[in-house]
This record gives sequence, structure tokens and C-alpha cells, in this order.
Amino acid sequence: MDKIRALIVDDSSVMRKIVERSLRQAGIELEKVVEASNGAEALVVLQNNVVDLILCDINMPVMDGLEFVRQVATVESAKGIPIVMITTEGSESHVVQALSAGARGYIRKPFTPDQVKEHVLPVLGKKV
Amino acid sequence: MSTDTSAATRSSFATRSKQENWLPVLELAVEEVFAIMLNCKVKPTAQSEHKPNGEFTAMVGLAGALCGIITVCCDRKTAGQLARSMLGEEAKSGEEVADALGEVCNMIAGNFKNKLAGTDERCMLSVPSVISGWEYSFHTMAEGNSLETILLFEDAPIAVRLQLQN
Repeated sequence: MDKIRALIVDDSSVMRKIVERSLRQAGIELEKVVEASNGAEALVVLQNNVVDLILCDINMPVMDGLEFVRQVATVESAKGIPIVMITTEGSESHVVQALSAGARGYIRKPFTPDQVKEHVLPVLGKKV
Repeated sequence: MSTDTSAATRSSFATRSKQENWLPVLELAVEEVFAIMLNCKVKPTAQSEHKPNGEFTAMVGLAGALCGIITVCCDRKTAGQLARSMLGEEAKSGEEVADALGEVCNMIAGNFKNKLAGTDERCMLSVPSVISGWEYSFHTMAEGNSLETILLFEDAPIAVRLQLQN
């Protein structure tokens, strides 16, 4: 598999590290990882970095993950980048909102590396 | 009208917490978070034997159909061990320790509400906050039913408490 460039968006720096580690444990080779602690910060990061994958929390201060997904859909250069939500919000309405806004996958916390693999590989066009 | 409906809904959930005994649900939510994110099996222990000192307290608010607060409380050393288990390395700062404890509380709160049928759609979580230190008093407006489970993590007690508003 080609190495990928990932953007991890979570207000917890510990969780950003865990998500990165889980990607590696899932066998996904990372060329570069950039981080943001909320949706607004992530939009700025996207202006300055090219990424192949975005992993995003929902409950964050300043701009939450759902609004971020909606905003990404309006940014020409970011359209088409697969977004996978990783969140404690497990309700069907959150899943529907996220997928309707443009997210391609949804992982509930707590999560295992296998779940990351199961949800991330398909959006990268890879077989699980 | 909508306020009355919301109040009625909250009241019905507070009643449910009494009738359905949500303690096993809370305990299961805690066990799953520790097993999956910390690779550690924990079980509830007798409360009278172990009481954690409250040097670190993480809290996540619940709003909507279920209104209240979930707290996770332990001593400094235990919070550090918890962060190390999550990260796979020593935490680099007190801030990282607090962050890890806040995330544990956040995942317990989310996992708990996701297990309650009919609750998860209408209940929102706050972002976690963490208090460190001794000299504080804790007052919550959620003075209703409360549930508490104490677990042993690396032989040290951690208290997880759910306080619901009536």
C-alpha cells in the first residue's frame, strides 16, 4: 500500500496520538501526519497541507466535527478527501448527520486497531 | 410547551435510572473502555474497602434527555499510570495526564449513554474538564440520583460516578 498523508482532528492530544498509533497498528503506512485540535484549525491546516485522509472527532470546541465536514465540502481543494469520524457520539442521528455531510466512515470510541482498519481501508480504496 | 416536554423526559429518565438499575450498565461501560483503550481488565470492587483520594477529577456533562454529570476520580500516580497505559509511554506533562483522564471520562460517558436505549439520540455530552489538586469543593446542580462504581487499576482505586438531575 502507498504511504498516506493523514490529518487527525481531535481536541485531545492524547487521542490524536492514539489514533495515529492505531493507523500504524492497522498496517497503514504514514508518510506524514498533521494535526488540529478543532475544525477551524483543521481548515487552516488543509490550506497548507495536502492530505489523503482525514480522521475527525465530533465534540470539539470552536468548530465541531460535523460543521468541519460541511465546511470541507465547500473547499474546492479538499473535496474528495475521505473523512472518517472517530467519536464517542454513537447515536444513529449523529451517524446519519456525519454521512449526509460528507463523511465516508464512522468509528465509535472506544475503538480497536482492527476497527480502524475495517473502516479506514475501504475509504482508501483498499481491501480489508 | 417544549420546556414541559423536556422536563418530563428528564424526569422519566431519572425514574428509569431508579427502576432499571443502571449501575451494571455504567460498570460495563467502564470495563469496556479500560479493556479496549488501556488493554486492562478491571472489575468493580467493594466501595467500603477502597476510596480514591480525589487529586485528579475528570468530568463530562450530560445535557438533554439525560441531564447530569459523570466524573472519574483518582490520585496523581494512578492518573499517570493510566496515561502511560493509553499512550504506551510515559506522559510528557501533567497536561497530558489530565488530557488522558479526561478522554477516559469522555469515552465512559459516551459508551454509557450509547448503551441506554432511547437515550443516546437525545443526550449531548460536553467536552471533558479536569480538576487537579486538593483544595476544592465540588457542587453540582445535578442533585438527583447518583451511581458510583469503584474499580482497581494497578491496585489503586478509581471512582466513576454518575450524578443525575431529578
